[in-house]
Amino acid sequence: MNPEQPEDEQGEGKGTPIGRRVLLGTLGLGALGVLAAPALQRGTESFLAGASDKDPTGLTDLLPNGGGFRYYSVTSSVPRKDAADYRLKVDGLVARPGTYTLPDLRALPQTRLVRDVQCVTGWRVPGTPFEGVRLSRLLDAAGVREGAGAVRFTCFDGAYSESLTLRQARRADVLVALRMQDKDVSHAHGGPVRLYVAPMYFYKSAKWLSGITVTEDVRPGYWERRGYDVDAWVGRSNGRGDAPTS
Amino acid sequence: MPPRADTPERTEARVHRFGPAARAVHRATALLMGLCVATAAFLYVPQLAELVGRRALVVRIHEWSGLALPVPVLVGAAARAFRAELGFLNRFGPHDRVWLRAVLRRDRRPASRPAGKFNAGQKLYAAWIAGATLVMLGTGLLMWFTRLTPLQWRTSATFVHDWLALTIGVVLAGHIGMALGDPEARRGMRTGRVGRAWAEREHPLWRP
Repeated sequence: MNPEQPEDEQGEGKGTPIGRRVLLGTLGLGALGVLAAPALQRGTESFLAGASDKDPTGLTDLLPNGGGFRYYSVTSSVPRKDAADYRLKVDGLVARPGTYTLPDLRALPQTRLVRDVQCVTGWRVPGTPFEGVRLSRLLDAAGVREGAGAVRFTCFDGAYSESLTLRQARRADVLVALRMQDKDVSHAHGGPVRLYVAPMYFYKSAKWLSGITVTEDVRPGYWERRGYDVDAWVGRSNGRGDAPTS
Repeated sequence: MPPRADTPERTEARVHRFGPAARAVHRATALLMGLCVATAAFLYVPQLAELVGRRALVVRIHEWSGLALPVPVLVGAAARAFRAELGFLNRFGPHDRVWLRAVLRRDRRPASRPAGKFNAGQKLYAAWIAGATLVMLGTGLLMWFTRLTPLQWRTSATFVHDWLALTIGVVLAGHIGMALGDPEARRGMRTGRVGRAWAEREHPLWRP
């Protein structure tokens, strides 16, 4: 039945080293993939962005860069806060420290920005609306004192922190955001209140914002102590060349 | 030496299939691969990421289990018996072409699928998963040590890492699925011995 007789007791003979060729071929394809990635990525992203619009199952969102946000949290669980118990504290080098409730923040003038969101790990969500109070407004209301140079942000997840220079914090495209994608910011997206720093990589946009402290100098935040750039301009930091978002 | 007859299938003649080195390498590799896949799921599937959180810790486990993934094979290569297994996996004979053609024709008759100690599918899987693991290691290192590489490299590495991860997930599921469907093959990897009837049916050219 078997015309080819094996040459040794394992039935393998000498044979052709095809296994080695498959291994090296896979390696070569991988290297080629890295070289061709920019072009391939444009293709898959535009295809998946179109497909995820028409996909009721949401399965395309699980594909790499299949559109939409990814959930990142640095702690095991994050408490839920709502209008009843949410508080935003403003303190540090300010003349008038204070605390805002959710209704307080909603009563202030709101600014809506529609920009791309760019994560430092590569995913980008085009045209995402954010709405909230300009950070500069809160800083002005508190009265920044002489000698202040930076703003530190803390979060009610108990671990995350971020920071901006005072100059960065005063930009018109930096918001204390209450709404995202024209809905109240959900818990998974850092609700009820998150920071939104439009021109920087998304790790600067701290979720679950609970404290704004005006300080003398910039203190590196959570990911920045783990190697990310403090001045995280999209396209001009972290060794990346993405198109600017703001 | 007759096998102990404490269970019905033990009364059947059993033949030696895998030595301790091959079994230990398989077990260690499976454990590390499992860690890689599980932590990858915790990092990438939004529902699981929400459930687990602790991102810095999960990333650390993923990185180190990925880095360690090739180590069992490299250590195992110190054993002559394991090097011989790698040799069998590497070498393809004319019967392997016959086996692959039968798969393409969906011909399931054992007589149409001649195989030595490893069939052509197992050989292809072994070679591909080894290459894919090294690609994952290389792209993973580019993502891990962000300062090493110039502009754009990390995005490209992430792209390859993501899509290859998905492909490995599918292929690995196939590997595990086939093992689940063949208890005797699993017993071979667990105990090192298989029934002679199974060996003659599945690996007719193998002379244990």
